[in-house]
Amino acid sequence: MKEDRINVRNALIHGDLYTKLSAVFMGAGMLWHGQRIKGILVFILEAAFWFYMITAGFLNLGMLPSLGTQEQGKVWNEAKQIYEYTAGDNSQQILLAGVITCFVIAAIVMLWILQLRHSYHLQKQIERGEKVPGFKQDIKSLFDGNLHITLMTLPCIGILIFNIVPLVYMISMAFTTYSKENDHLILFDWDGLHQFLRVLNMNGNIGRQFWHVLAWTIVWAIFATFLNYILGMILAMVINRKDTKGKAFWRFCFVLSIAVPQFVTLMIMNIMLQPSGAVNVLLKNLGLIKESIPFWTNATIARITIIVINLWVGIPYTMLQVTGILQNIPAELYEASKMDGAGPVRTFFRITLPYMLFVTTPYLIASFVGNINNFNVIYLLSGGGPTYVGDTAGQTDLLVTWLYKLTIEQQYYNLGAVIGIMTFVILTIITLITYRNSSSYKNEEAFM
Amino acid sequence: MENQLKKNRQSPRKRIVNLLVHILLAVLALIWVLPIVWIVLTSFRAEPGAYTNTFLPAGYTLNNYVKLLTDRNVLNFPKMFMNTFIIAICSCAVSTFFVLSVSYSLSRMRFKFRKPYMNLAMILGLFPGFMTMIAQYFILKAMGLTEGASIRIGLIVVYCACTGLGFQISKGFFDTISKSIDEAAIIDGATQWQVFTRITMPLSKPIIIYTVMTSFIAPWVDFIFAKVLCRANSDQFTVAIGLWNMLQKEYIYQWYTCFAAGAVLISIPIAILFLYMQRFYVEGMSGAVKG
Repeated sequence: MKEDRINVRNALIHGDLYTKLSAVFMGAGMLWHGQRIKGILVFILEAAFWFYMITAGFLNLGMLPSLGTQEQGKVWNEAKQIYEYTAGDNSQQILLAGVITCFVIAAIVMLWILQLRHSYHLQKQIERGEKVPGFKQDIKSLFDGNLHITLMTLPCIGILIFNIVPLVYMISMAFTTYSKENDHLILFDWDGLHQFLRVLNMNGNIGRQFWHVLAWTIVWAIFATFLNYILGMILAMVINRKDTKGKAFWRFCFVLSIAVPQFVTLMIMNIMLQPSGAVNVLLKNLGLIKESIPFWTNATIARITIIVINLWVGIPYTMLQVTGILQNIPAELYEASKMDGAGPVRTFFRITLPYMLFVTTPYLIASFVGNINNFNVIYLLSGGGPTYVGDTAGQTDLLVTWLYKLTIEQQYYNLGAVIGIMTFVILTIITLITYRNSSSYKNEEAFM
Repeated sequence: MENQLKKNRQSPRKRIVNLLVHILLAVLALIWVLPIVWIVLTSFRAEPGAYTNTFLPAGYTLNNYVKLLTDRNVLNFPKMFMNTFIIAICSCAVSTFFVLSVSYSLSRMRFKFRKPYMNLAMILGLFPGFMTMIAQYFILKAMGLTEGASIRIGLIVVYCACTGLGFQISKGFFDTISKSIDEAAIIDGATQWQVFTRITMPLSKPIIIYTVMTSFIAPWVDFIFAKVLCRANSDQFTVAIGLWNMLQKEYIYQWYTCFAAGAVLISIPIAILFLYMQRFYVEGMSGAVKG
């Protein structure tokens, strides 16, 4: 029977008077079908929605296409001998209010669909002569079969308000002129794909910087991920060797460096590697160098330094994470390769590495993503520098640190938003490609 | 005796390899421990300033710690410490509840929204974290949480709000707990809520400790969002911003050794917490990989 299916269409066509009524007065169906309290609550929500829309919502939506037109005015007041400011439109607030209104409307539409379906469902239950659950039973089910609703509502609201709404808001900024350039900080306008074209255009100043930063970001992420992974694995294997004495002690030495908060160690490293910092002093005292090594002012040296320091930060993590997994490698594999006369290097590349890659691909992808978004290491070590005159991005800036500089320091919000979107696109592509080609995705059977 | 015999039986080549391995490990361990030793030594250094002509301090003193804990005029470290402590306690309580609820629901309950939620979490994870930062600031401003003492509430809200996305490790843990206990309890008439609070939670001590500790540590080490939200409100500073400020141009000469002292003071508890929970971290990791 087609009309037995619970959906909005059937509710509107085959629903009884009250079900149909709840298309306008939300909750009416529930009210008459025996769920009074729930019905009234839903109706109150609808009333609140209309109250919001009339007092603010429609206005917000109406302002959205123009993003405000009234400039802040300055009028000379003769009597008081001061400038008086007249309030103008603030496009940033208008955009935020507009985005929030859109979310409120989406929420009410969702509620409308749900309550309509539910009302039709109740109607059918009554027609079949079943008992309609009361309010008390509903509350009880929230702690039993529907426990997930109780547990997940608050976290989901948090994510919605502090992650999804801000993201949509930032994404919409990419299509505006919201920037310190040309003084569009208070009043700005929609700008279409202009900023995207600017970023992608290799001949322009911003575009040139973008491709430079992108190239270095990817080089950095590859080095940081794979060097850490392989060296950390080797360290774990060396410590776990049968003949290594004092395993716990060695492990402790390395773990100690992660136990200290990362931003502390990174700031210390930055100071130690300054031209008159401890490392240069030590090397000079030992007579190894005469001039200080320009760790942070020479682009190439700065890049190498950052990768090396990241090894210092990352190797203990990898060691900690892979130790358990390494011990799961079937011993037969090692014995077989020993019988075939393979040396340790060959065994590593033919057995250990493939096995680990197979098991830890998701972890590798996660750490690759983490490295592309690795703000702390770059920002605290080199601050993105050295920076050439006229550029906003330094030679060691990643897309994220550039994003930070563009938004927080330079207030080029629209460009920052474009960079953020580009980062997301790049990460999505990389994740999809590697994940689909990984053996753990293609073949979920065991290794071998 | 037996060990002695075994050693003698090793071939000379193997012995050399072993020796080399241990020397290598010693060198590496030195590289890893040296910066930490250096900062501890610096915190006791008598002469001020960030840069000196010697690698090791010339004289030692406790004054850096005394100044850090008593000088309340320029950079009020005790106040920052209390700020961070309050924020850490509150956000730890809320985010532990969030993480455990979400990961329990995803691991044990089956509902329509489950797969979409997990996919959504993955997609949201691909956006750079700072993209949302500015917008979060504007939203907090609209809520009136960016001035004076309410900055603290703002920070707590921000540290907790999105923790529901970080469910992977604890979900991996819950997945490894056998479901047959739950099923038996439900046959005996227990509700899902009772299963969650009376059965699963007592079995999940390691992951609860892990979650509590990670969320307690987060406010101590975050300086970016705290910096954006506090701006110039120096009485709301957290420890991380304070330490960061000590290294800025205007303070570094006077405050560098105090920075070292502060770094040592907050690193000790965090290091102890971390060393204690690394076991759970490793277990959670291998659980997550298996699942």
